[in-house]
Amino acid sequence: MVTRDVMQQRVQIPLSAESLTEERTAYLERLVRQARTAAAVFTQFTQEDVDRLVKPMVLAGLDQAQHLARLAVEETKLGVMEDKVIKNMVATEFAYNYIKDKRTVGIIREFPERNLVEMAEPIGVIFSITPITNPTSTVLFKCIMAIKTRNAVIFSPHPNAWRCCSEAVKIMYETALKHGAPEGVFACLESHTLQDNAYLMHHKDVGLIDATGGPGAVKAAYSSGKPALGVGPGNTPVYLERTADLNTAVTDIILSKTFDNGTICASEQTAVIDDEIYDLVLKKFAALGAHICNEKEVKLLARTVIDPETGFMQAAAVGQKAIDIARLAGLSVNPGTKLLIAPIQGVGREHPLSVEKLFPVLSVYRAKSVDEALKVCVDVNHAGGLGHTAVIFSRNDDVIRQFGELMNAGRILVNSPGSVGAVGGVYNDLPPTFSFGCGTGGGNSTTDNVNIYHYLNIKRVARRTQAHMWFRVPNQIYFNMNAVANVHQFASRSTIIVTNPSLEQFGHVDLVRRYIPEGTHVHVSVIPDAEPEVKVVMQGVEALNFYKADQIIALGGGSVIDAAKIMKLKYESPEADLEELAAPFLDLRKRVIEYPTEKINRVRLIAISTTSGTGSEVTPFAVLTDKERARKVTLADYSLTPDVAIVDPQFVMSMPKGLTADTGVDCLTHALEAAVSSYASAYTDCNAMQAIRMAFKYLPIAYQHPRDEEARCMMHNAACIAAMAFSNASVGVNHALAHAFGARFGVAHGRANALMLPHVIAYNASVPTKFLPSPYQKGYVAHKKYATIADLLGLGGHTIDEKVKNLVAATEQLLDQLGFPRSIADLGISKEEFERAMPDLTKLAFDDPSWRSNPRMPLISELAELFWKAYQGRGLGNMADAVRQQTA
Amino acid sequence: MAMIAVWLKVEEERVVQALQEASEKLDGIEGEVTLDLSSVRRIDPSAVRAMAEFAGMAEDKSVKVVLRGVNVDVYKVLKLVKLASRFSFVS
Repeated sequence: MVTRDVMQQRVQIPLSAESLTEERTAYLERLVRQARTAAAVFTQFTQEDVDRLVKPMVLAGLDQAQHLARLAVEETKLGVMEDKVIKNMVATEFAYNYIKDKRTVGIIREFPERNLVEMAEPIGVIFSITPITNPTSTVLFKCIMAIKTRNAVIFSPHPNAWRCCSEAVKIMYETALKHGAPEGVFACLESHTLQDNAYLMHHKDVGLIDATGGPGAVKAAYSSGKPALGVGPGNTPVYLERTADLNTAVTDIILSKTFDNGTICASEQTAVIDDEIYDLVLKKFAALGAHICNEKEVKLLARTVIDPETGFMQAAAVGQKAIDIARLAGLSVNPGTKLLIAPIQGVGREHPLSVEKLFPVLSVYRAKSVDEALKVCVDVNHAGGLGHTAVIFSRNDDVIRQFGELMNAGRILVNSPGSVGAVGGVYNDLPPTFSFGCGTGGGNSTTDNVNIYHYLNIKRVARRTQAHMWFRVPNQIYFNMNAVANVHQFASRSTIIVTNPSLEQFGHVDLVRRYIPEGTHVHVSVIPDAEPEVKVVMQGVEALNFYKADQIIALGGGSVIDAAKIMKLKYESPEADLEELAAPFLDLRKRVIEYPTEKINRVRLIAISTTSGTGSEVTPFAVLTDKERARKVTLADYSLTPDVAIVDPQFVMSMPKGLTADTGVDCLTHALEAAVSSYASAYTDCNAMQAIRMAFKYLPIAYQHPRDEEARCMMHNAACIAAMAFSNASVGVNHALAHAFGARFGVAHGRANALMLPHVIAYNASVPTKFLPSPYQKGYVAHKKYATIADLLGLGGHTIDEKVKNLVAATEQLLDQLGFPRSIADLGISKEEFERAMPDLTKLAFDDPSWRSNPRMPLISELAELFWKAYQGRGLGNMADAVRQQTA
Repeated sequence: MAMIAVWLKVEEERVVQALQEASEKLDGIEGEVTLDLSSVRRIDPSAVRAMAEFAGMAEDKSVKVVLRGVNVDVYKVLKLVKLASRFSFVS
């Protein structure tokens, strides 16, 4: 029931306290010191201690409600004594009902599902300005809130309400002290000045200013640089929509507008009434004791209660009875008149009564339509009432929702009175309050009903969460020689085989066709042997639509399988925007873009790989080339993962040596990067480690002896197993470097990976310059994992450092065996050219998402260093020679 | 010069009196005085005031005040009232 304090409306509290005497300063310092000590001592109190204090204070407030109300009316000459008793009782009893079971000490709320705990920290010393309109109830309420939250308060009441407020503070303080509260927990300024307020607002030991007063006090509070709570001015519109229960509406508005003679700032100021019910509503108002003013009376009234210069209400009218206001204005009304109703034709300065009126005068507006009514309510809301309160009486949910959206008000009350409704806890479940936060519209920091939680620093204890991880691979994987025969088990009406020309020439397509069940319509879509272009993909989608395909068999290397994945996506979800789907992201589960889930077609994708490297048959990735825009688009989503993977080595038996080496090193890089990735898990580790072991053993054999069936089979499986690891753990900085270098100098992916690999192992194994946030890992483990790999490969070494060095040496040795150029310089790239390319290379590498899961965060300078190491070749790699010598 | 150190046990019920007694002994102390607060669970505003006064007197006489066994709740009170820096703490 805190209202805007009109008596302070034009009083600006000066920010300077220079004019204070030494004696006065010493007095204020003493108050603050006492309050600070009390607040400090209060921190030792438990919840039970606090609750033992609150209850007797509430009972004391209830006991003294009438005494304090009488004092308030006598001193302020505002309002209605009986209503002020109710206010005092609400301030104590209703507040208690709301706070009694709430925790305000230690742990106050727990969110086990989020591993979060909220804990309370008192503010300390609160400097509180209280108003003339609700003097004692505000003091009672704030004292109870302060004790419940273990804070000390220094009160600065309105000068014209000092006696009643200081009495309220005294009652609360003595009761609290008697039951064990710290001495000095409450104080009330004696005969204070505005300079006192300014001094305290700026005092270093005051933690919060709670200004329930006029705009001047609120503005001063917010200008002090201290955390502050302040209420804003109100101008509550109330919309009586045609479906409203009119008896309820009229009674509630009269109740609200006459309560304490309208001093509550949430009370209704202008009633906007639908045309159809307007006359009836006014008749009902009149029947319940309202006086409906005629045009002449409206003018007289406006002249009396509104200051023509400022446009604000006259202080003399605030909190006065309707009949007294009528008498002041020279109106002749019945002696029992409760409310003066003034029809107005608009809102603004030319309609003086459309502003806030903290007395029993209600302006009314006849609206011809819902649209007009809502617009007038918006006007009223913006005529000094932003952020405060708005009321609607209606049974139409659509109108209520629209009203809620249009009103900028912290409290939008439905079918209930404004004043008593906004207080909370009476007509609704809002927290009871005597301070209405008005949000930024009212120049406040909150729209809440100010309550105990605003008197606390709420600390959040956030425990580390065990991040959910995943391991997602195709539903079915068939492997080893003749695995392609499993194609026969997949029934289909219409199948498209996507492949490239060379594979068709090799007879691979015929081999697959042999296993497609009879009766299946089969169409072969041959695409160029290169990274798929948008145009190629769209042609494929046309074919899928034309043949109404229910199955795609992608037969080829990474490019063909990637093309098939995107064809499937566009065939099933034609609306999918490939460019949008390729938007960058940090965490797959939190990314902004969502892949389509609604599909107009359904198609099975069977991927049969014909190289042993990319592992595209099991990955959720697809790379597309957009030639028109000269860029590559990488798509990543588990919905792209093929439904069935077939890993049959007969398709790779004729792979040339160069391709064997390139793809084999790609496989090894996938596995090594997945093993140390910050997304690595036990599920990916087992795959990564096994793939590393297989690659080290079988890649040299497959390279030297291409017809070795076992070596081919093992490398084909290794590629798939490594892909399962990196599909779920991702890759790292090696790929970022290789992508950048490969794109800039047109070097094959596997070869580019090989140039970087030994240097990246050494880099990742050393102490990071910068750690990368990694909620999935406990500590930095990359070096230990490399050591584990070295052990797995039987490379020897006693310490982690030795084992890492042996792994680097073994990698160098493997790359030597595969005949790779061992430095970028060996590729014939001059130092000058490489130097010129360096800014682009480092930028491209840093923009590449691959390193986001790398165990250490690469700085640009470190990327450059890695590129230069790759340029020069063997660094640590010299050790390979050393190891060879030792072995010899 | 010989150091004369004093050790005083402070009970929760009579923190103020104990500090008053301690302050009377300050004249005869050279070096430091140790106040054992291990049995003090809480302090109230009068105890805070007494500790501030005692710290002031000790400083005037160049006597170091060591507080022993201060629990963390009482320690926080001393921090909040900016008294902690005027004492030394031992567990």
